[in-house]
Amino acid sequence: MLSPLAQARTAPVQAGAAATPKLLVDGLTKRYGAITALEPTRLEVPAGEFLTLLGPSGSGKTTLLQMICGLVEPSGGRILIDGQDETRTPVHKRDIGLVFQHYALFPHLTVAENIGFPLRMRGVAAADLTRRVKEALEMVHLGHLAGRFPKELSGGQQQRVALARCFVYQPSVILMDEPLGALDKKLREHMQYEIKRLHRETGATIIYVTHDQEEALALSDRICLMNHARIEQLGTPHDIYARPKTAFAADFIGVSNIFRGQVRRDGSGAPMLVTGNGSFRLSADTPDNQDGTLVVRPEQLDIDGEGDNEVRGEVVDTVYAGSETRVLVSLGGEETITVRLRRGIAPPRLGEVVAVRWRADAGVLVS
Amino acid sequence: MSAATLNHDGAFAAARRRLRFGPLWLAAPGLAFLAIFFLFPVLRLLGLSVQDLETSAWTSDHYARIVATDVYFRVLMSTFRIAGLTALLSLLFGYPLAYWLAQLPERQRGLAILAVMVPFWTSYLVKTFAWMVILGRTGVINQILSGTGMSPLPLLHNEFGVMAGMVHAMLPLAVLTMLPVMTTIDRRLVQAAETLGAPPANAFWLVYFQLSLPGVAAAGLLTFISSLGFFIVPALLGGPQQTMLAQLIITQIQEMLNWAFAGALATFMLVAALVTCWVYDRLFGLSSLSGETSGRAGGGQGHLRSAGMKILSALAKASAALGGPVGRALGPKMMDRLLPLYSAAIIVFLVAPALVVVPIAFTTSPFLDFPPPGYGLEWFRVYFNSDLWVSATIRSFVVAFATAILATLVAGLAALALARSSSRWRGAIFAFFLAPMIVPRIVIAVGLFYLFAQIGLVATDLGLIIGHTVLALPFAFVAISAVVKGHDWRLDQAAATLGANRFRTLMLVTVPLIRGGLVAAFLFAFITSFDELTVAIFVSGGVKTTLPKQMWDDMILQLNPTLAAVSVVVFAIVMALLLMAEWLRRPAR
Repeated sequence: MLSPLAQARTAPVQAGAAATPKLLVDGLTKRYGAITALEPTRLEVPAGEFLTLLGPSGSGKTTLLQMICGLVEPSGGRILIDGQDETRTPVHKRDIGLVFQHYALFPHLTVAENIGFPLRMRGVAAADLTRRVKEALEMVHLGHLAGRFPKELSGGQQQRVALARCFVYQPSVILMDEPLGALDKKLREHMQYEIKRLHRETGATIIYVTHDQEEALALSDRICLMNHARIEQLGTPHDIYARPKTAFAADFIGVSNIFRGQVRRDGSGAPMLVTGNGSFRLSADTPDNQDGTLVVRPEQLDIDGEGDNEVRGEVVDTVYAGSETRVLVSLGGEETITVRLRRGIAPPRLGEVVAVRWRADAGVLVS
Repeated sequence: MSAATLNHDGAFAAARRRLRFGPLWLAAPGLAFLAIFFLFPVLRLLGLSVQDLETSAWTSDHYARIVATDVYFRVLMSTFRIAGLTALLSLLFGYPLAYWLAQLPERQRGLAILAVMVPFWTSYLVKTFAWMVILGRTGVINQILSGTGMSPLPLLHNEFGVMAGMVHAMLPLAVLTMLPVMTTIDRRLVQAAETLGAPPANAFWLVYFQLSLPGVAAAGLLTFISSLGFFIVPALLGGPQQTMLAQLIITQIQEMLNWAFAGALATFMLVAALVTCWVYDRLFGLSSLSGETSGRAGGGQGHLRSAGMKILSALAKASAALGGPVGRALGPKMMDRLLPLYSAAIIVFLVAPALVVVPIAFTTSPFLDFPPPGYGLEWFRVYFNSDLWVSATIRSFVVAFATAILATLVAGLAALALARSSSRWRGAIFAFFLAPMIVPRIVIAVGLFYLFAQIGLVATDLGLIIGHTVLALPFAFVAISAVVKGHDWRLDQAAATLGANRFRTLMLVTVPLIRGGLVAAFLFAFITSFDELTVAIFVSGGVKTTLPKQMWDDMILQLNPTLAAVSVVVFAIVMALLLMAEWLRRPAR
């Protein structure tokens, strides 16, 4: 089902098109005295993209978001929306929507009045306003609650009102600041589908802040991973998961097994990583002569299976998680690795010594 | 909360069923006390107003006389005018200050609030005396004016003098009533409004102001009702045109002993107070006065609501139209400083008058010259060598001490009772304990005087203590309720499971934990009594006067530097007690 709002919009521009980006952040930075909240940062967001700012708390993602919507004044750099410089535009004149973590619904206004508020501020005529509020309410399936006050709604319903209040005036860019943070897990997953659907139906450009990597992987066209007040890696969810550029990226997204060592060439010229757990073959295109960290995902490891590399260890735990089983193998000392068993394979017994193998091109060498 | 947690515990639930009203019995002494010394005398006074003096038959003569007699009618009108204006100006001047206080960081706010608490608790007599010194024909302002060669202005014994004194007296109450509502407003809502496209003026009027309205209304209600019963300020700072109802009542009782007519006048005042309360209750719910969450955050309905929103939109437009040019003229830096500067000016207005009295207390001159020609301790010597002043001071201390103990005990039991009760009477009892704060003091005082005259308590310390306890109960009750609300009743359950009986649980667990609230209640009750004049005017007869009564008599007769010395002593005592109460009221240090 296509909503009436979607028809009013142009089709989303494909990422990588040469058109002016919807949002361009250029050299944007924020300092509080000696503390840098955001290093000079460049970010381009094409129209219609769903981009997630992902990172631990203090990584600068919220600062970046608040500067884009104008609640925090940048120390330097520019913000361009549709090619227009909006860096000094006051909050209320920026054509931007913000969904707050705690919804920020006006307690003294009804659901319909909350959703109508941005339209009222834009001088929309009464008849048009009523119609658009009704459409927005139907879009989030809350048509029957128009006359209620926010405190009479559940958390999930309040969040949907906040979403409708933002989508109703079709802002150029919609920012969401951990909008699902206050909901329980089940409801959060449900709302993820809702947000995805709204994005699909309206073609809006959305920038979404979260510290939850699963949420980021599930929702995003691209993920902008942030750490220590700067961008760590920018790419599609698959990119970041399969080809992390840093140990932080590998560790923050998904479960990683990490081996540290030096890159060497063996007699035939193939690259090897020499570690305390033995030497491992690397994929052939590995650059030379560097310290390296090898990342191997749990699903790429096999117990007693095929592979170019091998470590041996004792099974110390098996964790059954319904759809999968994870096996923890101790390599001696503090080091353990996690192996994800494929379906149908019986887990080894505790205490059993096993050989864990993987193919040379399954591992990723990061800096 | 307490009811829910208690019901988890089977043993407690059973005990509660056996003693149906269980905890509510603790409120019984307070209820009885208020019924005898508050409700009965007030109703009796209202009864007197519709009785014929000789025959005791029903009559409306006294009311007809008020409306028909030009003088009385004018007083009635000027009472409402002055009270209304006072409430309005207190809100106008107080709102920006409260707004500024609400957005300060917690630590600084605590300090800044003290600057409002000090004038709030400063004796009305001291404050009024200060204004007489400042505004008088040879007062501070006129001496400065004549020093610069300008002719003196008539500042005292006219409308200006009364309004200065009244607004100064009521502004702290307005600010302290608005503040709790404002501090609970989520400022992110204003940000949200701006991200949704609301210019700052709209964001303020349509979101922040509307959310602060319950506080504004509560402040308007309390300042209006308190102003209705004022007589110190109009009597000392006003002229004949500013005579207020309470002064008329005092004259009727003291000079004419016309109870019925005084009762009719008091009825007017009481009805005005109750009607104001009723209107407030219809719009916002009375429970929001005591900080309980109101069930009516949505405000009115239908036409009233949409009309209100239209007015606010118009205000937003007007202030945006006004703010734009002003902002451009002053520049953004200056605009940011406007509110702190304004707030500082208001705080100076609140605090400075009491401080002006200090140098005069140490003057060597027999007149109230400012600045004093020299400094000495002469007037303190006069004060401490005067039997009249010293005995009045001692009497005030004794009465205040007894009042504080009685009020804390009665209010403490009642607060404990109401915190643990889930009875449907809870709301009504709560309102009853707060009622002496709503009913104008002069009405209570005249009613008590009539009762005391019949049972021989006039001119006795006991009479004073009873009267002051009635007035102090609401303050003590609020102070203890605030602490009891945060008390974790599971600790009492824990004590019970560990083998303590009810009495030992109370003494060993509950009381130590709510000690801060109890001490604060004691001190607030002490200050209320120590500064009380209305009841004292009637009940402390002859030579047995209290300190405020003695000050009042002196101020009516002749201003003198001894009054300044007394004012400084009273001010110092009250401040010391206030700071102590505030310090102890802070939770968990």
